Amino acid sequence: MSEATPARQAGRAGMKKELPEHFKAYRHVWVFIEYEHGAIHPVSLELLGEGRKLADKLGVELGGVLLGADREALAAATVEVSEYGADVVYVVADPILQHYRNEPFTHAVTDLVNTYKPEILLLGATVLGRDLAGAVATTLLTGLTADCTELAIDDERSLAATRPTFGGSLLCTIHTLNYRPQMATVRPRVLPMPARQSGRIGRVIERALDMREDDIVTKVLRFLPDRDSQKSQLAYADIVVAGGLGMRSPENLQLVRALADVLGGDWGGSRPLVQKGWMPADRQIGQTGKTIRPKLYIAAGISGAIQHRVGVEGADLIVAINTDPNAPIFDFAHLGVVADATEILPALTEAFRKRLSVNRLAG
Amino acid sequence: MHIVVCIKQVPDSAQIRVHPVTNTIMRQGVPTILNPYDLFALEAALRLRDQIGAEVSVLTMGPPMAEDTLRKALGFGADRAVLLTDRAFAGSDTLATSYALSQAIKRMGEEWGEPAIVFTGKQTIDGDTAQVGPGIARRLRLNQVTYVSAVTEIDPAAGTISLQRRAEGGVQEITTRLPALITMLEASNEVRRGSLPEALRAARAKVEVWNAAQAGIADMTKCGLRGSPTVVKRVFAPPARAVSAEKIDTTTNQSDDIAEALIAGIYARQPALEGELLRMAAGY
Repeated sequence: MSEATPARQAGRAGMKKELPEHFKAYRHVWVFIEYEHGAIHPVSLELLGEGRKLADKLGVELGGVLLGADREALAAATVEVSEYGADVVYVVADPILQHYRNEPFTHAVTDLVNTYKPEILLLGATVLGRDLAGAVATTLLTGLTADCTELAIDDERSLAATRPTFGGSLLCTIHTLNYRPQMATVRPRVLPMPARQSGRIGRVIERALDMREDDIVTKVLRFLPDRDSQKSQLAYADIVVAGGLGMRSPENLQLVRALADVLGGDWGGSRPLVQKGWMPADRQIGQTGKTIRPKLYIAAGISGAIQHRVGVEGADLIVAINTDPNAPIFDFAHLGVVADATEILPALTEAFRKRLSVNRLAG
Repeated sequence: MHIVVCIKQVPDSAQIRVHPVTNTIMRQGVPTILNPYDLFALEAALRLRDQIGAEVSVLTMGPPMAEDTLRKALGFGADRAVLLTDRAFAGSDTLATSYALSQAIKRMGEEWGEPAIVFTGKQTIDGDTAQVGPGIARRLRLNQVTYVSAVTEIDPAAGTISLQRRAEGGVQEITTRLPALITMLEASNEVRRGSLPEALRAARAKVEVWNAAQAGIADMTKCGLRGSPTVVKRVFAPPARAVSAEKIDTTTNQSDDIAEALIAGIYARQPALEGELLRMAAGY
C-alpha cells in the first residue's frame, strides 16, 4: 500500500496559511545517520553533503543523529559525521540499539525531534530508513516525501522535495508547508559523495534512551549477512552496461553481460525486464531499483523512461543504443547510436576486447 | 484468527503515457491491476489460514472501480472484502491514507474480530513510498515488521510470530508479538492460482462498501487534502539536456565501424577511461 496518486495542484487554500506559531521554533537541518555493524552507510554521508548545502542556504546548523549500542564505537563515527559536515552530532548510545528495530529507533528519533526541534529531517531511502521514516513521520504527524531526486530551499524557506511520480513517468515537487519537521528520504547514490574534511570538529550532544529491553516486544534472534556481495556492487561500479526490452529476449542479456565482463564492469537492466522475469530484481536500474553513478553507462535497447533516467543521471558519460531515434534516452544520453543493440553490442565487445588484449600482450 | 490484507488498485505503470505537449498523464485506457507487491501479502495471509485456520479480509481504499481489485482478491480465496470509498478521501497523502485505513481496520475489528495481523505489500508500484504500512502500524499500535521474506513460525495461543526480514546487508531473524503489521517482500512466496469454485464465489460475493461515516471516521479534518501535510506544488517532465546526444552516423557503417566510432567517442569524452581500462585489462 502506498500514497494515493498525488493530484493536488498549486493554489489550494491550505498553502497560503502561515506556519503555526508552535512550529516557528523549529530550526536546523538534520540527517539521520544509518550506523550498523560498525560502519556508517554511505547514503548518510551523501545526505550530510546535501544537508550542508540546505543548512547554509537557510543559515542554520547541520545536525547528525547517531544511534548505536557501543559508546566507544560511536565516538569514531561521531568524528566521521563531523568531518562530513555536521555542526552538531546527537548521540544516543544504549545496548537496546545494537540491532535495528523499529520501536526503539522510532522512540529515540521522535524524542530527539520533540526536544531539539529541527525544521528538516533527511533519511536514506534504504530498507532501514524507509522502515524508520514512515513510523517517525506518522508519530510526529508530519509530511514525508520518499525517494527524492532533488532537494532545494524555496524563497519562503520551505523544503522543495522533487521525486518521480505516476510510476516514474513524471516528476513532482512536494512541500510540507504547515508542519515540522519537513521529512524526506533519498536513495543511495542519487547524491554525490562529499569530500571529508579531516580535523573538522562538531559539538556532541548525548541523550539517554528512555526505554527498557523488557518493554520491547520485538527481538532480533540472528543476523545473517548476505554472502553474495555482488548484489551491492552494481550501485558502486565504475562501468555499467544495461539492457532493456530492445534486447528482445532473456538470452540476449548475455550480450550485455559479455560487454560488462570485458570492461570489468557490472550489468543490469530496466524495470520491464524484472517484470517479465528476465532478470532478478536486484539487477534493476532506476527509481525503484539501483541508482548508479558510474564513469561510463551503456544503455542497450532502453527507451529511457523518467523512472530509469533518475537512476542513471549521475553517470559521467551515458551512451545509448536504441532503434528508435525518438526514444527519450537520447534526451539525456551524451552519445548515441540509432541501431539494433543486439547487433552493436557484440561488435562493441569484440572491439574493446581487441584493444584491451593487445595491451595485455604488449605489457 | 482474523487477518486483514490491505491492497491497492494501481495503474499498470508500464503502460502509462505522458501527453507530449501538455505533460499530463493520459489516463484514458490505462489498464489497472492489483498492486503486484500486495499479491505476496495476500498469499502470505492465505497460507497462514491454510496452516492454522483464520479468516482473511481484504481492504482497499479507492474509487468505486477499485471493487474489481477486491473481486480479484476474493478469486484468490480471500473470505471477505471491504471497499473504503468517499470523495472526502480525494487527494490523501500517505499520512491521511494511513489514517483512513487504520480507522476502517478498527471498524473491521469490531465487526469480525480484532485482526491479529495486518498484511500489505512492501510498497505500491504507483506511489513507491512504502509509507502507508508503517503509518497504519503506528496509528493502531501494531508491531511493525517491514520487508518480510518469510513467516517462519506462528503461535496464536502465545500471540507470537517469527519472521525473516530483509535488512541492510543481510537478513534479520526476529520474533515479535501479535497484533503485528507485516509488509511482504516480492518473491517471498508464489501466489496461488484461484480455483474455479473460488472464482464463482468471488463473482457472487458481496463487497462491503463503506464511506467515511460507515468506517467510523468522525474527524474529517484528518482525511483527504485537509488531512495531508504534504502539498504537490508542481508536476513536470524533466527537460532534455541542453545539448542532445551526439549520434554516431549509421547510414553507411557496418557494426564494426560503429563500434570503433563509439569507442573513439567514449575516449574523447572521458580521456582517463582508456588508461583505466588498459590497466584493468593488464591486471587480469
